[in-house]
Formats: sequence, C-alpha cells, structure tokens
Amino acid sequence: MTRKQILLIGVLLVIACALPFVASNYRTFQFTLVMVYATALLGLNILTGYNGQISLGHGAFYALGAYCAAVLMDQAGAPYWATIPAAAAVCLVAGFLFGLPALRLEGLYLALATFALGVAMPQLLKYDHFSKWTGGVQGIVIAKPEAPWGLPLNPDQWLYFFTLAVTLVMFLLAWNLLRGRIGRALVAIRDQHIAAEAMGVNNAIYKSLAFGVSAMYTGVAGALSAIAIQYVAPDSFNIFVSIVFVVGIVVGGLASISGALYGALFIQFVPNIADEISKAAPWAIFGIFMIGFVYLMPTGVAGAVRLLLARRRSQ
Amino acid sequence: MRCARRTSATDVDALLHQILAGLATGGIYASLALALVMIYQATHLVNFAQGEMAMFTTYIAWSLVTAGMPYWAAFFITIVFAFVMGVLIERVIIRPVEDAPVLAVVVVFIALLVILNSVAGWIYTYTIKSFPSPFPKDAFVATKYMSPHEMGAIGITLVVLLLLFAFFRFTPLGLAMRAAAQNPDSARLVGIRVGWMLALGWGLAAAIGAVAGMMVAPIVYLDPNMMGGILLYAFAGALLGGIDSPGGAVVGGFAVGVLENVLGAFVIGNELKLPMALVLIIGVLLVRPSGFFGKVHVTRV
Amino acid sequence: MKAKLVAVGLVAASLAAPVLAQKKYDPGASDAEIKIGNTNPYSGPASAYGTIGKTIAAYFTMVNEQGGINGRKVRFISYDDGYSPPKTVEMARKLVEQDQVLFLFQTLGTPSNTAIHKYMNMRKVPQMHVATGATKWNDPANFKWTMGWQPNYQDEAKSYVRYLLKEKPNAKIGILYQNDDYGKDYLKGIKDGLGAKAKSMIVAEVSYEVADPTVDSQIVQLQQSGADVFFNITTPKFAAQAIRKAYDIGWKPLHFLNNVSTSVASVLTPAGLEKSTGLISTAYLKDPTDKQWANDPAIEKWRAFMKKYYPDGSLIDNSNVYGYTVATTLHQVLKQAGNDLTRENVMRQAASMKGFKIDTLLPGVTISTGAKDYAPIQSVQLMRFNGKQWERFGQIIDSSM
Repeated sequence: MTRKQILLIGVLLVIACALPFVASNYRTFQFTLVMVYATALLGLNILTGYNGQISLGHGAFYALGAYCAAVLMDQAGAPYWATIPAAAAVCLVAGFLFGLPALRLEGLYLALATFALGVAMPQLLKYDHFSKWTGGVQGIVIAKPEAPWGLPLNPDQWLYFFTLAVTLVMFLLAWNLLRGRIGRALVAIRDQHIAAEAMGVNNAIYKSLAFGVSAMYTGVAGALSAIAIQYVAPDSFNIFVSIVFVVGIVVGGLASISGALYGALFIQFVPNIADEISKAAPWAIFGIFMIGFVYLMPTGVAGAVRLLLARRRSQ
Repeated sequence: MRCARRTSATDVDALLHQILAGLATGGIYASLALALVMIYQATHLVNFAQGEMAMFTTYIAWSLVTAGMPYWAAFFITIVFAFVMGVLIERVIIRPVEDAPVLAVVVVFIALLVILNSVAGWIYTYTIKSFPSPFPKDAFVATKYMSPHEMGAIGITLVVLLLLFAFFRFTPLGLAMRAAAQNPDSARLVGIRVGWMLALGWGLAAAIGAVAGMMVAPIVYLDPNMMGGILLYAFAGALLGGIDSPGGAVVGGFAVGVLENVLGAFVIGNELKLPMALVLIIGVLLVRPSGFFGKVHVTRV
Repeated sequence: MKAKLVAVGLVAASLAAPVLAQKKYDPGASDAEIKIGNTNPYSGPASAYGTIGKTIAAYFTMVNEQGGINGRKVRFISYDDGYSPPKTVEMARKLVEQDQVLFLFQTLGTPSNTAIHKYMNMRKVPQMHVATGATKWNDPANFKWTMGWQPNYQDEAKSYVRYLLKEKPNAKIGILYQNDDYGKDYLKGIKDGLGAKAKSMIVAEVSYEVADPTVDSQIVQLQQSGADVFFNITTPKFAAQAIRKAYDIGWKPLHFLNNVSTSVASVLTPAGLEKSTGLISTAYLKDPTDKQWANDPAIEKWRAFMKKYYPDGSLIDNSNVYGYTVATTLHQVLKQAGNDLTRENVMRQAASMKGFKIDTLLPGVTISTGAKDYAPIQSVQLMRFNGKQWERFGQIIDSSM
C-alpha cells in the first residue's frame, strides 16, 4: 500500500468516526446500513468478482445470518455482539456445504442453483413447521442494544460504531486474504481454471472455501442488519435482495474491495433518489440509473476510479 | 395439506388431473422457455427481461383488442411490434455494453426488467385484465381437465417449436445466427454480419415472447406481475431440457409444470414445492450438466 | 327564557371552545400546515396497493384546494418502501426524525407496520389507521399510539364461520389461502371460529405464493379432497383464477370469498359473472362497479374526485374507494382536533369517534372508537352475488359486541 493510500484511508476513518456526532440519528442509521451492505457486497464480490462464481442467491446467506442473530437474541437470550461470530460460523459452514455440490455447476447452471437458493430461503422461513423458531410470517422483533459501560452514546451512535468496528475487521481480513496467495489462486481459477488446476491449485477446495467465506461475510452483514433494523421477517429477504446485491457489485466494481463500498452507497441511496424523482414508477428510474452507471462505467465505479488515477499518473 | 381419506380409484383420478393441469401450466412455461432458447442461441446469454418484454407486448395487444381490432389482426401486429421492439432494444440498449463483462450485461437485463414492469404498472395500473382467447370455448375437445384454450396454447407452442427447430436446422440464416453466437470472430471472417444477427435474435425472441404472453394471459389474467413466476419456471425448464435445444426446452417446461403440481399436491405441500422442484432440477443438472437434450460442451484448453 | 339563552350561550361557547382554545403544536403542525407521513409499496411485489397512497395524496390535494383543515394546509409526504420492512423502518425514521411529521398515516402492510410498531410507540408518534387487517393493531393498553382502521381479517373470517355453522353444520371445509400473514390471519380466524370442530370440519388447507403463476393445481387439490365448502382467501388475480377454475372443473361448493377480492369489475367479470353466482362475502365499502351503486351520489362524488385529482387512477379498483374513505376519516379526526395539534390530542380525537358516517361506507357501517377500542370499523354485512350485483342480507354484524 502506498503512503497516499494509507493517508486516504486514514482520512476516511476520521470522517467515519466523526459522522455520528455531526449528523442526525437518522443519517447515522443510514450509514450504518451502508456499512452493512458494504460487508455483504464484499462477500459476494469475493465469490463472484474474484472467483468468478456467479451467485443470484446471496440474499439467502444474508437472511441466514439475520435470522441467526434474531433467533439467538429472541430465544436464547444471547447478547447482540455474540450473534456476530455465531452468524459467521453458521454461514461459513452453510456456504461451504452449498459450494461443494455447486462445484459441478458453472455459468448459467450455477446461476440457476443460486437463484433457487435465493427463492427457497423465504419459503423455508415462512414454513409453518419452523415457525416455532423463525416466527413464521410474523417475523421476530429484536430489542435495540444500548451503549455499554455507560458511554455517552445514544443507541444509534453505539450501533454505528459497533458496525464500523466489525466492518473494519471484515475488510481488513479480506484485504489480507485477497492480496496474498489465496487471492491469486481465486483469480487464477476465475480466469483459467484448467491451467490453474494444472499448476497445482486445488480448484475444489478453493472454490468451496470461496463460497464459505463469501457466505460468511454476507451472513455477518445479515446479522448486523437484523440488529440495526430490529426486525426480521421473510418479506425482508425475497429474491430481490439477491438481485440488488448483484447490481451492487457490478455498479461498485467487480473484484475490488473499494467497489463494495461504492456499491453499498449505490444500493442504499439511489432507490431513495429514484423515489423522489417519480412516485409513479420509482423502480423505472432506478433501472435507468443502473443502465446509466453500467454504460458510463462498465467496470464499475472502482474501475472508473482506477482508470482516472492511472490517467493522472501517466500525465 | 390435510386431506380426507380417498379410495384408490379417486387417487388415480387425482393424479391424472394434476398431471394434466401440470401439462397445461407446463405449456405456459414451455412457450416462454422457447423465447429464452432463442435469445440464448443468438447471444449465449439468458435475457432475464424476456418475461417482462412478453408481458409488455401482451399489453400492447390488449390495447389493440380493446380498441376494437379483431383478434388475429391484433395478434400479428403485436408480433411485428415485438420484433421491432426486440431489435431496437438490442441495437440501442444492449449494443453499448456488448464488450462489458457478462455481469454488467446481466445488470442491464435486470434494469430492463424493472423498467418494463414499472412502466406497465404505471400505464395500465395493476387491476387484472381479461385477454381474449382465439380458441372457441365450447370446442368438442373440451374436458374438465383442460380447457380448449389450454390445449390450443400447447398446440401453438408446438407449432412455434417446429418453426424454431426448422429455422435453426435448415435455414442458412439460422446457421449464421448460431455461428455468430458461438464464434463471433470466425463468423465475421466468413462474412456474417454479427451485429445484425444479434439484433435479429433479439427480435425473434421478443416475437416468440409475445406469442407466449398472448397464450398465457387468458389463463392467468393480464397484470404487470404476470410473468415473474413464469420466468423462473421457464428458466429452470429450459436448463433442464437443454438451453440450446428448442425441443428440450419445451420438454423441460412441461416436466417442470407436472413436477410442480405433483410435488405440491402429493409430496411436500404447496409451501415447499418450489424449493423442492428446484432442488430436483439442480440434482438432474448435477448428473447431466447440459440438461436432457442439450449438447455436451467440451472445453479446449 | 333567560335560562334557555344562557344554556344556548354556554353550548355555543363550548362548541367554539376548541377553535378559540390555545394553539398547541407538536413537531409537524403549525399555523400554516399539518405534515403527515406515509409509506406505501410503490414498487415491488405489492405495488398494486401503491394506488392507495396516490388516492390519499389526491384527497388532500382536494382538501387543500378547498381551504385546508381549520385553515391549515395538509402536506402529505409519502415514501416508497417496496413492501420491504427494512425500507419501511428507514422511511419511517426519515419521516419522523428528518421530515418531522406530526404522525404517520395508513402505512401499508403487516410486516412493514410490525417493523416500526415499537419505534413509533417508543417515540410517542401516532401510527394512525394502518393499512392492514391484522388483528394485533387493536391493543391500546400496550400500544397506545397505534390504531387500525379496516375490519380485521379474523373477525371477517368468524362472520363467515358463524353463518356456515348455522346453514351447514356438517360441512367439509376446504381453504385456499395466500401464504403470508394476511392469509394466515384469516386461516386463524376460521379455525378459531370453528373452535373444537376445526379438526373435523377442515378437510383441506391449501396455500399458494404470490409468485405462483396460477392456483389451478390448488383448486384441483381442493376438489379432490371432497370439500363442499370453499373458503377463498385470495387477492384479486388469484381470486378470479380460483372462481373460474372451480366452475370449469365442475366443483360447486358453498363458496366464501374474502372481502379483499369482491370487486365486480376487477375480479368477478374477468372470472365470469355466471361463474361467480352464489359467492358469499362481506363488505364495508361500496363497490363502484356494482350496479346498485351506479348512480349513488357518494360514488358519483368519488368518481368526480378521481377524474379531477387522480385521473391516472383506475375507476374500477376498490383500493381507490378505500383510500378515499380512510382519508375522509382522517379529515374528520383533524377537524375535531381543532387548534390542539399535539400528537396526544390527535390520538385522542382518533379514539373518540362515535358513529361517524362516511357516504362511501355501506349503509349501516359507521366508525366508532374509544379509549379501549382502537378498531374504527367493526361492522360488516354478509352479501351474496346474484350474477349481477352483490345483495346484502342478514343483520349488520358488529364484532365489537
């Protein structure tokens, strides 16, 4: 990492920490959600961007993480912070288990399989026989955590910092993972999987692990979202969540860590802007924004930023 | 589902009824699956907006019929309109992202989907509309299991299937289109105008979609969300049968329809029939990755 | 005589009192305007209901043109939540914390309202006339800031059950329901209404998803179960499919249709009027497409309103009568509140409506609330479709009794 990059990240961090004290509680809440989406998109990007395995059903892992958190808090009385590692563990295993049979599928077929997962999850959550634990169609209401140790923070601010801390850890982990051997192996599998296998990269293990880790990230995001919104219900996790995640990583930038952040800003704020523009057909406006972004920046915002910086450097 | 006790004679009747009802809905899936196959053959991409394009063109047909135009006139005008719309969409909206990563194009498809859905809802509102059927209500073949329209719709789907099959197998244009999709560079070298092949593919797919929509609407009623569920089943059916085989896609569509009904009525209940159907389909794909009738692809290293 | 004058004077003074009373405002209210917040699904799977938000907006445009309420203009701020609870939470917070509305009105959807239920009550902001028929909104003891409006689904279901037990006590019941909390609430109402007989009478309980293309398979399942009574808990598109399919396969049960899908023009006509003959349902609103109200002055007034203020809106969609009627209710509440526009008082006025009549409600149906009764409309009447229009029969059933 260059000194400039470290400086930039430092500045961002300072701004991030100052935000809850200068912005309203509502804005703080919105930016908490941005961080949640960024973590979720980072998870999907690891799988789809870096490893080339398409997933149209990542909302299922998001839901799984969210329900983990909700059920543990509601039924087992677990403290909110303990639900994060629990959701991470559950989703890691679930993702890995899904990734194993998915090894045989590629492209369209993997898309269908993951789409099936995304469609099946709300059905399972609504299923009567599970409703003892999942709350069925009624969902589960969760209490909002208060700041610990008597810190002078209101719940929104505390939750923001909690989410910020978790997000930073997750991003750091990903950055470490992706810039090393593992990252290169993932990209090799994406671009030339036969050559990679011939070079000794164990495709099966890496691909399944990619699924697991990716699910873990999105699951952690789900758990954070459950705590932030204080409510989980099957209606919160329909197939559109998965589809919007895909839109997010493409608009933000595939195979890019910063892309996750850009994508998160897009999926959090653009629907609101679209709503302001047109009440009659808000998603038509959202669709137009999607097309606009993809036309102007086919490699995503992160890709465009990279190009811009490269151009300035060469001048 | 809790059922009363039944004798075995009514069990067979029940199964038969569900299978026939499944063939009727399967016919719906098959007709849209053909459009998906068309677009795949031409572009090697699955257009997720195919369902919404079909829905939108069906609304055009509805407007024409409501304005007083006779059915078949509206039918053929709509097909032409759909063809032109498909070509325009390819040239204007898809062309700029031709060279972008595949997922970027998928996002454009998704954008098209939401735009068409939203605009249809805005123009036509969400109240359901009846769409006329060209098949007489009291045809002699009407049974209580399948209505004349459902049978007619299956018939039309089979006709479209034959046309498509003949087009790809026996016409130079069909061959050129497949070549353009499979190997655009080599195709250009032999003089095929790849760009126009893509546009043609989109036009034809849109036209097939329009036919599908006009066959489906009398059964499920016309509303902006008419095609959402059908697209999912059509996609699954097309992959099950083989995405590069029109016949396979049709068989796949029927199979999915019957499977869904039988699972829901007799095996696992209606809440889980969709996940279970998808699991079974994926199971088949794990064993036969190109679907029942698809071609096996060998990747050269 | 003098005593009478004094008495009249006192009465006049007390009537004028609210107007002359001290002006009290909570955030969102001022001398010039009253800010009202709302979330509606203008996109997503439930976007069909977005028309309700548009009708309400149009209604308050009309009110403003006619001078406002007690001299104040109404600013109706509505955001799209796509029927997604996380979005509802975000938009509700925006309305309350950023836009500083006086209260939320007609937020739509059971999961959406559940998501903000605690928040609204914690912040002591009224969650008025929620657009859902779930039974849980009538709980003033625990949630004094949340109030429903329409008759709840369970009460409606029980009214069918009561009729059924009288007419056909040995019936075999088949139920088709939408697999979400609207459908499941009805299901619960049916089972609670049947009580101990539920297990023996219900022979088939079949669900469907909003994403299902058709419910034909489900209707076949119900016929196969041998049911001779059909509880049809479906939204308009699926109701039409169910009615038509049942007829086409020759199944002729005693058919109860839920109140959400009774529109003559948007459900029964597509299904087929002859196929819909004999259907039983309940109603509390006038159906603008039912012949009996074709020249009804209230419906004429509604049509004129739609043409002028919401020309894009469908004149055959019951949701638009619903929106108009519930907006009229709020209009009355705000009129009653006078110059005391605190949230506390708005809630109090909403909870003090006694037999308030609106002309788009069916004759005999009125709006009544009290400190312990947060269910404004609790009366419905059974009606049967005779092939041309809905004929009401029997007594007005008031579930508050």
